[in-house]
Parts: sequence; C-alpha cells; structure tokens
Amino acid sequence: MALSYESVHRKRKGIDLKRLKKSWQLYVIIFLPLAFILLFHYGPMYGIQIAFKEYDVTKGIFGSNWVAWKHFDRFIGSYNFRNIVWNTVSISLYSLVFGLPVPIILAISLNECDSKKYKKFVQTVTYAPHFISMVVMVSMVILALSLNNGIVNNIIAALGGTRINFMSKPEMFKSIYVLSGIWQNMGYSSILYLAVLTGIDPTLYEAAIIDGASRMKKIRHIDLPFLIPTIIIMLILALGQIMNVGFEKIYLMQNKLNLSASETIATYIYKIGIENANFSYSAAIGLFNSVINCVLIVLVNQVARKVSETSLW
Amino acid sequence: MPRAMKIKMSRSDRIFTNVNYLFLTVVLVVIFYPLIIVVSSSFSEPQAVISGKVWLFPVGLNFKGYQAVFRYQKIIMGFVNTIIYTVGGTLFGVSMTLLAAYPLSRRDLYGKGILTFIFTFTMLFSGGLIPSYLLNKALGLVDNRMMLVIAGSMSVYNIIITRTFFRSTLSEEILEATQIDGCDDFNFFLRFVIPLSSTIIAVLVLFIAVGHWNSYQTAIIYIRTESKLPLQIILRNILILSQTAALSGDVSLELAFSGMQDLIKYALIVVASAPILALYPFVQKYFVKGVMIGSLKG
Repeated sequence: MALSYESVHRKRKGIDLKRLKKSWQLYVIIFLPLAFILLFHYGPMYGIQIAFKEYDVTKGIFGSNWVAWKHFDRFIGSYNFRNIVWNTVSISLYSLVFGLPVPIILAISLNECDSKKYKKFVQTVTYAPHFISMVVMVSMVILALSLNNGIVNNIIAALGGTRINFMSKPEMFKSIYVLSGIWQNMGYSSILYLAVLTGIDPTLYEAAIIDGASRMKKIRHIDLPFLIPTIIIMLILALGQIMNVGFEKIYLMQNKLNLSASETIATYIYKIGIENANFSYSAAIGLFNSVINCVLIVLVNQVARKVSETSLW
Repeated sequence: MPRAMKIKMSRSDRIFTNVNYLFLTVVLVVIFYPLIIVVSSSFSEPQAVISGKVWLFPVGLNFKGYQAVFRYQKIIMGFVNTIIYTVGGTLFGVSMTLLAAYPLSRRDLYGKGILTFIFTFTMLFSGGLIPSYLLNKALGLVDNRMMLVIAGSMSVYNIIITRTFFRSTLSEEILEATQIDGCDDFNFFLRFVIPLSSTIIAVLVLFIAVGHWNSYQTAIIYIRTESKLPLQIILRNILILSQTAALSGDVSLELAFSGMQDLIKYALIVVASAPILALYPFVQKYFVKGVMIGSLKG
C-alpha cells in the first residue's frame, strides 16, 4: 500500500470513503441481516412513544393524545405493583442463589469422576431435560404434583403423610419454579464450567500431587480459582436480568389460585397488552421494565470492572 | 520413561471418590426417575394411572394412551405445522446469522465498531412486547405463518459465537492468499468460508431448530387460526388447559376417553418429546461445542 502525503496526513474526522469503498462487498453481504435488525429490533422503538400517549387505533401512533407520565403513575400506584415487582425480583434471586452453585458442583464432580464411561453416561442423562420443551416440562411438573395420582403425592401418602395440592398454594409456587428449573437445566449449565475445568493444564495437578495435596485441596486451590472468572460473568448476566423473569414458564404454571405469587412483570405486560388490548398502559410497563434492565446490566458490569478483572465489556 | 507407580490413594481421597460416585448416582436417579415414571405411565392401564399405582414399571402394559393420541387430528396438524416452521425458520435463521457474522469477523471492515454496536445494543434494550406487536401488525404479520418462521431468527448471541468461530478458524493468511489470486469478498465467502464452516453451521442448525421446535410464545401472541397452530400450542391446550373436549367435537369419543385424561397426557408427552430426545445423544457433541465456542470471550 503506497504511502502518499495525503494518506498519512489525512484528517481523522469524517468518513474515509476510500476505505469504505474497499469494504463494499462485505456491506452487501451484511445488508439483509442489517435491514432485518433495523426493522424488527429498532423499528419498534419508534412505537415506544405510545407509552406516553393514549393510543387510539383510529388515530394511529402519531395522532394519539399525549399524556406524559400518566400510565407510569398508574402502574406504580396500582395496588398490585409491589406484589408483581416483588414476585419478579424474588423469583430471580431465588433462582440465582440455588441455581448458580448446582451446575458448578456437578461440573467439579464430573471432572473428578475417574470412570470415563460413567461420566459420559451421567452427562448424557443430565443434559437431556434441557431439550424438553417448556410446555412438556411444566405439564410433567403439574402431573407429578397432582393431588390424587401424582408421583410426589404418592410417595408422601406411602410414607404416611397427607396429600398436598401443590399447584394451588401460592407459598409453594416459587419453590416449585426454582427446583424444577434446577432439575431441567443443571446438566446443560454445567457444560460451560466443565469446559473450563478440562482446559486446565494437567501439570498443575501433577505438581499438587507431588506436594501431597488431597483431592479436596486440589479442588480448592486449582479448580475453583480457574472457575471464578466464568462464575463472575454468569453472576453479572444473572443480576442484570433480575427484573426479566421469562414469560413462557411462568405463564404455563400460573393458575387462578397461585396468582398472588406467580404474577410477574412479563406475564402482566402480556395480559394487559395482548389479552386486554390496553396498548398504551402495557407499553408503559414494558418501557419501565426495559429501562431498568438496561440500567441494571450497565451498573453491574461497572461494579464488576472495579472489583475484579472480569466483566462483559 | 519408568513404568508409572500405582500410588495408593490416601484414605481421605478414597472417601472422596466414593462420595463423589454416590453423589453422581443420586443426581442420575433424580434426573432419570421422573422420566421413567412418565414413560411407564404412558404404557399403563388407565386405572393404574388414576389410582397412582405406577412406581417404576408399566402396570398392565397396553397402548390405549397412544391410540388415543394418534386419533386426534389436531395433534398431527400441530406436528406438520411445527415441522414447516422449524425447517423454514432454521434455513432462514442460519443464513441470516452467517451473513451477519462473517463481515463482522473481518478486521478490515470499515465501520466495524458501529455495525457491531448496532447488533449488540439490541441485547441491552428492546422496544418491548406491545410496540413490536403493533409494528408486526402493520406489516401484516398477525395470524401469518411467516411470523413464526422469522421470529427469533436473529439472535445476536448466535451471531457472536459464529463471529468468534470465524475469527479463530479463518486466518488472515488464507484470505490474503486468495486475494492475491484475485478473489473478491463474495467469492471468498461462498467458496471458502461456507465450506469451512460445517461445524458452526451444525451448531447453529441445532440451536435454532430446537428453539423453533420448542417455542410457543410467538404463536400464542400472533396466531389466531387453529389450522396454523404449532405443536406446542396444541400440547398446551391439552396438557395444561386440559381441553380434551376441544380436540374432538365427538361426544361419544369424549365419553370413551373419559377416565383416560392423565394417561393420554403421559402418552402425548412421550410422543412430543421422543423425536428430540432420540436424536439428541447423536448430536450432543455439537451442542457442547456450541456452548464452548460461546464461552470464549469474542
């Protein structure tokens, strides 16, 4: 590439048309996905303004009346605001506290398994539930917990206890949600940690053995330190998603009886917006949720950067 | 090299190893047992299922549950729809992902930073459910099969792991060598990148196909016509909402199957999950690879 006076001393401001032209074919290649993202992911952002308006289908987005913060006031002041937000946050935290350690323990345990065949067998079995669809998973849970012939109640009855109608009790909802989630995902989630562990240089283990370290000591001093960056990343991602409990599983597990514990922001947005066609109000709640999510993940990432070497960006 | 000495395990290590095996066995049972119960119940007598007599093996082996499942037209229709959406959605999604990830993986792409930001910002913030719904409505995508094909096909996470794959597999040297021979970007992409990408394509196909097969949220929001419903919605109607009455307008059929509700549910669960669970062990290593590529900080 010949150096000319211009190419060396060209001002850094402005678009470098020459270099842009060089990449024109790459732009053609990325054109379709780019158009798709702009249309379907950025396009709706124009519609966000209905959160500040009283959307009227006949007037369209542009023509509807401006009501500023009315919908937000209504949501925050509504009688079930606290309940819905609390359900969302507590389900997330509960899932995190119990859900984060289990795949790690499983990964360490698999790594310490000497028998390759047994290890492979356990892996195949524990990964399987991840591929069961949400509908099937929840229906399995409901069947297992059903009052008269569910396997859980059958075991309780066989041990002499009284049968419990689990799905009708709000106080049991979160535990059922979290525990079934751990059951379904512990195997798949352990893959990541296991990958880290298998990547550890074996000479470290050999040195530890020579120093007389027991297996527990090896785990404490070799495995765990190597796992910590990955754990922190997963923690950041999880904390950033605290207000973002997924719609699908909750919606399937909800029923009229456990609603006080099972109504979350995502299901509420769906009911208000799609079932009741209350577009503006639902959009406002959605915007409230999106902004908090965005702020949270940026915040948590900043904290992680200050405190450790690992962060998302 | 001297023959390795068999080091006798210390007592604490022996205890540890045994406890470890015990732990793994407990995990195995906890995961396996519910699955066994479901399968066994599906092959059992309706009476045994209702009275809770199935503990491990089928009681009164029979196929009544499965006969009932295959008589319901709507289930077959749901299967066909889901196959359409999965095949279409996977083709669309994999192509879009490759088309997006390759340019982003090139270090000499001018404006790379801005382009990357445009994609990754959507992971941070989105328009929300209702604004998206209104947009799709304006585009005529409500109650439209295309909606289920394109929904969720642009996963930025997938784009990032594909980009990581390209960066680590396609070295600068290959590109430069072909450029000397007069190969342009289009040619390079079609003749070199795609053929060398079989691994990541396999991973993407699996991720996207399973995602489409198992999804139901998009359909619940957008599909109004019963004949377009994917399998998961039909499953939800039967399994969760217990709408067996909705499946057949035939009252006599309904009576014949009464008392078999739970049995039918178990059989349906097995039928719906069998395809994926039967295939998955063979493609397990691709999923593992996908997760591992995704874990490399791209």
